[in-house]
Amino acid sequence: MTIASYILGIAAAMLALGVVTEMLRRRRLRERHAIWWIIAGVLALVIGVFPQVLIWTAAAVGVEVPTNLVFFVSLFILFLVCIQQSAELTELEGKTRALAEYSALLANRVTQLETATHRADAGDTP
Amino acid sequence: MTTLLKHTLIVMPALNEEESVAAVVDEVYSKLPGISVLVVDDGSTDRTAERARLAGATVISLPFNLGVGGAMRVGFKYALAHDFQNVVQVDSDGQHDPSGVAMLVDALDSADVVVGARFAGEGDYSVKGPRRWAMIVLATIISSLAATKLTDTTSGFRATGPRAVRLFAEHYPAEYLGDTIESLVIAARAGCTIRQLPVSMRPRAGGVPSHNPFKAAAYLGRAGMALMIALMRPRVPLATEVTSS
Ligand SMILES: Nc1nc2c(ncn2[C@@H]2O[C@H](COP(=O)(O)OP(=O)(O)OP(=O)(O)O)[C@@H](O)[C@H]2O)c(=O)[nH]1
Ligand SMILES: [Mg+2]
Repeated sequence: MTIASYILGIAAAMLALGVVTEMLRRRRLRERHAIWWIIAGVLALVIGVFPQVLIWTAAAVGVEVPTNLVFFVSLFILFLVCIQQSAELTELEGKTRALAEYSALLANRVTQLETATHRADAGDTP
Repeated sequence: MTTLLKHTLIVMPALNEEESVAAVVDEVYSKLPGISVLVVDDGSTDRTAERARLAGATVISLPFNLGVGGAMRVGFKYALAHDFQNVVQVDSDGQHDPSGVAMLVDALDSADVVVGARFAGEGDYSVKGPRRWAMIVLATIISSLAATKLTDTTSGFRATGPRAVRLFAEHYPAEYLGDTIESLVIAARAGCTIRQLPVSMRPRAGGVPSHNPFKAAAYLGRAGMALMIALMRPRVPLATEVTSS
């Protein structure tokens, strides 16, 4: 590994962590969405700084080419994030629907009340 | 009743508390006659709203669950809209003794937020294990931030004065654990004075506790993260007296 690629690895991990932290700070990202990115960023940083960790882990789990382990873990994390987002989307759709129902029912009640008061004002209530 | 209590709104967040909510509302009215009570029913699937309404409380039912923080925000907004000066949060599971409310509200003379602390010598409520350690660490950090000694930063039993009500109506956090920890950080950094008074805490009157003992260890990590993020965030200024949004 050249010194340049070593530095590139560390810089990329730091950049990822920096972006996530800044988004959190500005409330553009909620904690529970940030957690996977933080885990991924920290892993990338650890491996960037100590490449031996990757080689040892790859040997320990029996992966012959260490970079394959990187691809596997990255894909796995991306998969988890995607699943989480789909779940959140489903939940949000449900909430929007609930809100629409709620406001439609409210609008209906308001109309009924308005008609009732109009009648009362006109004096033709029984 | 003191005039202070007349301008005070009791906000009770409630999620599936049909067994205890009516008794708590009754107790509040009997110990603090004439006070206003708002129960924020947060998408309960049982008869919480009905029981609370029968007991005489004003009830706001949210169409779905927003969490304690979200429910309290509604409470603060309601307080602003109806010209209440102070807000006191009282849990609807019966753990907070309403006789402590008057004392908390009186202390608002000299503070913006008064926390009723559970481990300050009164009563026999106790928590063990990681949740306990987390509470100690949190208390130490937030104490230094607020420049006052706080021992129980996760207590929901608190009174909020006019300045803090205006702040919280806009900035009360709805994130998990945000309603207790981050709200104190926001208040302290906005320049609010925080005080703590000892209160006694009782066991729940019914229903199920929201904290699963198995999740106690995860609590430590999440609380730490919540605090770290709260500290990183830019501070929010206190609104000046004139603005009323
Ligand atoms: N609005 C709202 N209220 C909630 C929610 N979860 C819990 N609550 C209420 O918040 C209060 C405190 O909840 P508890 O489950 O007693 O939590 P705790 O007092 O911190 O913990 P325990 O020691 O287990 O009692 C109770 O009045 C609950 O009804 C929620 O999602 N939304
Ligand atoms: Mg409780």
